[in-house]
Amino acid sequence: MESVNELVTILPAIIIGFAGLLVMMLDAYIENVRLVFRTTTLFTLGALGIAINDMFGHSGEAFYGLITYGGTAAFGAVLVLIGTLVTVILSRDYLEKTGSHIAEVYSMILFGTFGMLILVSANNLVTLFLGIETMSICLYVLAGLVKNEKKGVEAALKYFLLGAFSTGFLLYGMALLYGASGSTFLTDIATLDDKGMIYWAGVALLLVGFFFKISAVPFHMWTPDVYQGAPTTITAYMATASKSAAFVAFIFVLSRALPEARAEWGDVIWLFSILTMVIGNVLALVQDNVKRMLAYSSIAHAGYILIGLAAGTDAAYSAVLFYLFAYTLMNLGAFGIVAYYEWHKGLDFTEVKNYAGLGFKQPVMGVLMSIFLFSMVGIPPFAGFIGKYRVFAAAVDEGLISLVVVGVLASAASVYYYLRVLINLYMHESDPGITLIRPGVLYSATLIILAALTIYFGVKPGDLTNLLGSFKGISY
Amino acid sequence: MLISQRCSFFKRGDSIMEIYLFFLFATSAVASAVAMITSRDTVNSALFLVLNLVSIAGVFLLLKAQFLAVIQILVYGGAIMVLFLFVIMLLNLSSEENLLNRFSAKYVVGFFLGVIVLSQLLYAIADFTGTLPNFSPGIEQVGTVEALGDELFSTYLLPVLITAVLLTAAVVGAILIAQRKLTGKENK
Repeated sequence: MESVNELVTILPAIIIGFAGLLVMMLDAYIENVRLVFRTTTLFTLGALGIAINDMFGHSGEAFYGLITYGGTAAFGAVLVLIGTLVTVILSRDYLEKTGSHIAEVYSMILFGTFGMLILVSANNLVTLFLGIETMSICLYVLAGLVKNEKKGVEAALKYFLLGAFSTGFLLYGMALLYGASGSTFLTDIATLDDKGMIYWAGVALLLVGFFFKISAVPFHMWTPDVYQGAPTTITAYMATASKSAAFVAFIFVLSRALPEARAEWGDVIWLFSILTMVIGNVLALVQDNVKRMLAYSSIAHAGYILIGLAAGTDAAYSAVLFYLFAYTLMNLGAFGIVAYYEWHKGLDFTEVKNYAGLGFKQPVMGVLMSIFLFSMVGIPPFAGFIGKYRVFAAAVDEGLISLVVVGVLASAASVYYYLRVLINLYMHESDPGITLIRPGVLYSATLIILAALTIYFGVKPGDLTNLLGSFKGISY
Repeated sequence: MLISQRCSFFKRGDSIMEIYLFFLFATSAVASAVAMITSRDTVNSALFLVLNLVSIAGVFLLLKAQFLAVIQILVYGGAIMVLFLFVIMLLNLSSEENLLNRFSAKYVVGFFLGVIVLSQLLYAIADFTGTLPNFSPGIEQVGTVEALGDELFSTYLLPVLITAVLLTAAVVGAILIAQRKLTGKENK
């Protein structure tokens, strides 16, 4: 059978799905959280290795064209798996210290990752929808996992209701597109000549559904509450892995299914990009809670990424992929440090003013936080700068000067709220009564590797950009 | 002359019947959806939802999707709605309001007016051919369980498997959420 050979093309997804089932069973019969954690890490690491290898392999379609593999899809898988791996490692210490270390977290994370891996390789509306649903359902559960906190339950409910609502939009859009074109395959939808009202309504609803998932303004209302209420490492997972997966799928839909309508959706994305950048940054300025600030900053980053999508060329798409990579690294890092400060159960480290002087107490953590925040601002030797530069450059090539001007001004404004954290960390007197716990070796090693990668790809982005450029178009 | 032309439409039998049925189902689907949202009583809302689902099942039947129509009635109209109604009944039902508790003479007048308007509508709709698509001869086979199964377990085998993971995750997640309190287990 041909299908059996094709299983190799989605090997990372199979490994992750199998690991999810295995971990679930281990938890039920052996009840050893440490074993569950090790198994999860090992399988995720294996899947990541295979995904990285796939990036350099050949690409194509499999399963009757339902999915694509290699190239952009493999890079999307790498982004998702990096996010998962770091989340799993950081979650252990964080959940242990906050007293909610339950083994089910790992199986939910793995199932969610399975959905994301399907999402980044989807070439058909059916697989796309199933990927999004698998991912979302696991995220709803993960958001509400820590139930002794009221905020967590509120976050989960809000996320679930708005998520289900947005899924409705997405599904309706897909149904209309299928009705107009008679096919659910992305490439078949592109060949439609007669674009009537049904087609345009489908495109509009599909865009709304995606805007919800990537939390673009004005569909961002759920983001701050959910990011604040969910356990911090899970927030990191939502902000990086799920957003990267949604963006990669969005690129596939735009470039494969709707290339003919580029002028129209280009204008729509242009508008949403400006709204997202301006409102995301303005609201981030007034936040005192660090997690809410990072939530609004992730909305603002979605705005910068949308600039690349509005440009809509292959160069812009590859710039967006690079941006997503940098975004994943620095957000995982920043949320990881915030999670570390939250270890201290008696002390309240949610407000930015409570960070006063912490930078000197645990110097390594302080320095790492500075690196991640500077990278988010987009200051040169860090990967965040290269990401922003490449996206803006691709947009200038397409003549979207006004967008780039807004983007540059918005990121200039963002300096205020990022540096406010650093000023609190270093320039304010600390409360002498506070002593910080030393982070574990694995925890700090993971964060240090993230920071090292942020610097490495900021200084020497050539290898990655060449690789991204070598993906034959974006089509595969 | 016009009348005879219209009569010839009626003679075509099933096709005009299908259009009448389509308008009946479509109208009742839209009307019951609106009524479901505007009705104040939850039980009435639920019953309007049943009417809505059944009407849509009728539309499916007209589109030759027999399996879909049956599933729509079995799963949504049957199982899920019964669950809904149970939940509503178990919760408090303080203000019960009967749909037909105020019967008066104006309903009789309204009924006859309604009949007149309906007959006019039917007369007008008779001109309305081409609302439903022309089905090719093979289409009746497409909506059967056999055809659907053939597709699902050959071309769309991968989505079926993904659905398996999706449902597993949903069940595990639901149990996880439903547990009253999760305590972190100590490391052994």
